[in-house]
Amino acid sequence: MKAPKMTYARADSVAQALALLAEHGDGANVLAGGQSLMPTLNMRLSKPDLLIDINRLEDLAGISVEDDAVRIGALTRHAAVQRSPIVAEHLPLIAEAMPHVAHVAVRNRGTFGGSIALADPAAELPACILALGATITVESVRGRRDIAAADFFKGLFETERQPDELLIEIRIPCQRPGTVHAFMELSRRQGDFAIAGVACAAETDGETVTDAKLVYFASEDRPTLAANAVAAIAGKVWSDESRSAAMAALSEDLDPMDNLQGSAAFKLHLQRVLTGRVLDQAIERARAA
Amino acid sequence: MSDETKTITLTVNGESVTKLVDARTHLVDFLRGELGLTGSHLGCEHGICGACSVRLDGDVVRGCLMLAIQADGASIETVEGLTASGEVADLQENFVERDALQCGFCTPGMLITAAELLREAAPKTREEIREFLSGNYCRCTGYHAIVDAVETTLTQRLEKSS
Repeated sequence: MKAPKMTYARADSVAQALALLAEHGDGANVLAGGQSLMPTLNMRLSKPDLLIDINRLEDLAGISVEDDAVRIGALTRHAAVQRSPIVAEHLPLIAEAMPHVAHVAVRNRGTFGGSIALADPAAELPACILALGATITVESVRGRRDIAAADFFKGLFETERQPDELLIEIRIPCQRPGTVHAFMELSRRQGDFAIAGVACAAETDGETVTDAKLVYFASEDRPTLAANAVAAIAGKVWSDESRSAAMAALSEDLDPMDNLQGSAAFKLHLQRVLTGRVLDQAIERARAA
Repeated sequence: MSDETKTITLTVNGESVTKLVDARTHLVDFLRGELGLTGSHLGCEHGICGACSVRLDGDVVRGCLMLAIQADGASIETVEGLTASGEVADLQENFVERDALQCGFCTPGMLITAAELLREAAPKTREEIREFLSGNYCRCTGYHAIVDAVETTLTQRLEKSS
């Protein structure tokens, strides 16, 4: 349980980090919070030639509101996101998800961008930013580009980010009037890996869900939008029938993977249960708004 | 610029330390092996158990999930430092009083994590205390006595400050 012999470089500027990535590409690992990378190093599951430590790049940390969107720097620690009044006000979905992101000691060190870049299928934040239609900015010596969250997650720990690119920031549209957010997760212990989970951003008109993004995690190889479940309820007054319809339609959206947390059938059952609960809660919040 | 070893200078429990470290050495191996500070324990070495918890610039972190080389310029506090300063003396007393440890392996991590919760001195329910400590494993006590000890300490501190 000791990391392999490796070379370490501490980047003192974004430009320097990008130059190192351009030179080493696939052979290098970016070390941000390290809360997932360090275990893989300690277990010798990865053996990079070079670790590029970006923890001193203060330019990449911070939360601000710009043009109706919240900008979260890639190096912003989970603890800072959890404490942020901006996030609490404009991104209630993220605020609700944060207590589920690991444990306090991990949140003090782990970063928002790191969770997005890693794309762990059981992680909360990739699902949230997909539900909220976020934009991810990456940069390399070749330039900067924006990637929609819908195009970013490609598979199991696979993203649209190229080996020479560094994640810079995530821009997430502020919650608009008439939309409600809800987040639910099941795990064995608070902060553990999810067995099942869903992030919901819904547009409502009275008791009717007019449109929604339901994104499931801990299920497929990446966070997954459930279009059929939403189609089953869109435009209908929320009722026991529409709840059942959404739960039934979910099997057309999800084909969960077996893993240590549970079998595919168990996970699909739990995701169905969460579907009913999360939409109940969304409607309840719409009523209260 | 990129190295397999590096000389780092950091503050550990208030004292400045300068040492040559391997890039691959994680912080707790450095604290235990190089500095003889064996209060921070190594359980799982992949961030699950919490026995290695230390303070990095004032906040609790997993000591096995950061490299010693990254602590260059940082301030680290271990359970030895917290004990010497007296910051957790009341908590330690309550751990003893309530038998909140048996083998003691998890205790340093529990103390450091609980110290972060107690720092705020705001009322907490037992459920909130459990959630806060949920990242630290204990295999002996069943947690009940640990939650008791933390709760008692918090109550005593709140009484004292009111």
